[in-house]
Amino acid sequence: MSESAKPHHPSPQGKGEKTHASDFSYVGIDAILEQMRRKAMKQGFELNIMVVGQSGLGKSTLMNTLFKSKVSRKSVQPNPEERIPKTIEIKSISHDIEEKGVRMKLTVIDTPGFGDHINNENCWQPIMKFINDQYETYLQEEININRKKRIPDSRVHCCIYFIPPTGHCLRPLDVEFMRRLSKVVNIVPVIAKADTLTLEERDFFKQTIREELRANGIDVYPQKEFDEDADDRMINDKIREMIPFAVVGSDQEYQVNGKRILGRKTKWGTIEVENIGHCEFAYLRDLLIRTHMQNIKDITGSIHYETYRVRRLNESNAHFKSQPSDQPAVQPKANGQPEVKPSAPQANGVAAKHEVMSHEM
Amino acid sequence: MASTEIARQAGEGARTVPLAGHVGFDSMPDQLVNKSVNHGFCFNILCVGETGLGKSTLMDTLFNTKFEGEPTQHNQPGVTLKSNTYELQESNVRLKLTVVNTVGFGDQINKEDSYKSIVEFIDAQFEAYLQEELKIKRTLHSYHDTRIHACLYFIAPTGHSLKSLDLVTMKKLDSKVNIIPIVAKSDAISKSELAKFKIKITSELVSNGVQIYQFPTDDESVAEINSTMNSHLPFAVVGSTEEVKIGNKMVKARQYPWGTVQVENENHCDFVKLREMLIRVNMEDLREQTHTRHYELYRRCKLEEMGFKDTDPDSKPFSLQETYEAKRNEFMGELQKKEEEMRQMFVQRVKEKEAELKEAEKELHEKFDRLKKLHQDEKKKVEDKRKSLDDELNMFKQKKTAAELLQNQAQQAGGSTTLKRDKERKNLGFL
Repeated sequence: MSESAKPHHPSPQGKGEKTHASDFSYVGIDAILEQMRRKAMKQGFELNIMVVGQSGLGKSTLMNTLFKSKVSRKSVQPNPEERIPKTIEIKSISHDIEEKGVRMKLTVIDTPGFGDHINNENCWQPIMKFINDQYETYLQEEININRKKRIPDSRVHCCIYFIPPTGHCLRPLDVEFMRRLSKVVNIVPVIAKADTLTLEERDFFKQTIREELRANGIDVYPQKEFDEDADDRMINDKIREMIPFAVVGSDQEYQVNGKRILGRKTKWGTIEVENIGHCEFAYLRDLLIRTHMQNIKDITGSIHYETYRVRRLNESNAHFKSQPSDQPAVQPKANGQPEVKPSAPQANGVAAKHEVMSHEM
Repeated sequence: MASTEIARQAGEGARTVPLAGHVGFDSMPDQLVNKSVNHGFCFNILCVGETGLGKSTLMDTLFNTKFEGEPTQHNQPGVTLKSNTYELQESNVRLKLTVVNTVGFGDQINKEDSYKSIVEFIDAQFEAYLQEELKIKRTLHSYHDTRIHACLYFIAPTGHSLKSLDLVTMKKLDSKVNIIPIVAKSDAISKSELAKFKIKITSELVSNGVQIYQFPTDDESVAEINSTMNSHLPFAVVGSTEEVKIGNKMVKARQYPWGTVQVENENHCDFVKLREMLIRVNMEDLREQTHTRHYELYRRCKLEEMGFKDTDPDSKPFSLQETYEAKRNEFMGELQKKEEEMRQMFVQRVKEKEAELKEAEKELHEKFDRLKKLHQDEKKKVEDKRKSLDDELNMFKQKKTAAELLQNQAQQAGGSTTLKRDKERKNLGFL
């Protein structure tokens, strides 16, 4: 598709260039965009966000602020006990929200107990297991014979990781977690409760974090390797300059300059959440919701999920190869003929077998 | 180690929450559309119909471009499918259009197998997609989808009814592809005949249980227009790429001595309706139906045929992998058994042949020996004879010399007459 003409210069092959005779040479192919839009509106969208961070960092508040409604776990649970659970729990709550005719099923996945214990070893394991379980469910449904028209997508699209605003550098727990999880899910790191940092402290902190991420080889969203073209790269580079976003969350409205805005009121002033001079919440919201939501879902679906699938299918392949076969016919031949081929032709392991079998039919 | 709790509220597992302000996810459809635009679209049409019904011309007219190719001859031995891919662009939408033509359809004397190559082709496209989907390392998002999204079935404008070939073919195709029947070259039929023809066709299709594609009526924005169009099926079309001046405009038309048939005039033919339905309103739906209905059906049948099930008796889900493995082992086992058998047979044959050859060799040896012996005997005989002859010769010589000696003595001792008598006597003695 590299030789396709740019929009302002229609290619000579395909339609007549008579712009004055409107209906004459117009085929109507671009009506497909409208059709797609209609279909998308009818079907609705799904988004699954996971929030990870120590307790007290404002995760629930930020979720409420992002979606301007009470979507967090704390708002839903009738008796929010502020105890720290003994083991890390994964709590997932779904909401149907609608805006201007666009319906979305939003699922917020909370992880109370993360990083709150004295010994936090392996605290990422339940989270990784959860994410992989969602992939597994999707995979199972996909390889079913009778499968649903639309496979329900419960895969975690995005994981927001809350970094406490120490102002120094990333803690070992942060590095460990992000290192492991950036391989299976899109991670968006944010600096929580950023109103405790001055602007200089904030910049310094961000720089340190970026350095550390680079040093540890952690690829957070937007990942450099998945940039599609030069335009994409440009936009994403700008975002990468700003990561991690220093955010402040609030679901309370105050009156400032005659307008009602979301903010935090303190003795020395009111922090406006959506003011980019105060904090970077607006950038986060734009990234997550207004511009890159589809891209996030695509990367989850076509890269993270596919990686999981490849690994999983290869695993079960190897598993069955190593099992002693109870069929007597499969014996190593005396004349040295090779036995059942292992899944060495990785790319086509399954397909090769499939072909073999279709020949048999 | 951890407990996973999925809290689900009433209803379908999610609660509806009102938004207190503008969040911004109403841009999602736009994001989706933008992504698709960047990616490009593909659409595949299959044109089935007898040679000479104007399939290529109609495609040219529909997409407003001249696709290459000359008209095919009528002497094809069987039905083959020729597919051509074109890249079209309109404003910012790039479309990869594939037009597949049936070459030689309806030209043979025996048309029993005509539909087979078409069905095989459609299945092959599904198969290719299935293979790609089942691969371990797959690239579905950049896969060039060749599955047929729409099948335009061209009906010859006889004015009476459907031909049996048409019925049989459409019946075979209706569960594999979206069929849109159209009456080709409909300028050959008058308006009143056309109405009757359409009714006859529809009733024949219904009575034979042929499922043609119905334009979807579940979305309010297009339900009305779609249901109206549904009642106009099959569309009576006329195709033309030539332009004729009507009034002060150039329009696509066919010029006859008695008048001009304008392609885009709704009173003259249903071309505009076809274009509207096929491209401008339902292209996406056609693609979706192909994927969710026809492809899924094919996939299900194919996998079940290969012996996969979703759950086994103790309702533990089978993994596709397990079944593959089992099948593969089975197959390899059979293969090896067969090979073993063949090997045995081969060894057997070799042995037999060897034995045969040995026999032959032995025989040859014997013959040789015999011959040699014979030769020797002969030689001996000849030697003997020679010897005997030699002996005889010697004896004869001896006798001769003895006789001569006697003769000499006789000559010396007696007269010549006695010699004669003696000679005679001796001669007699010799004899």
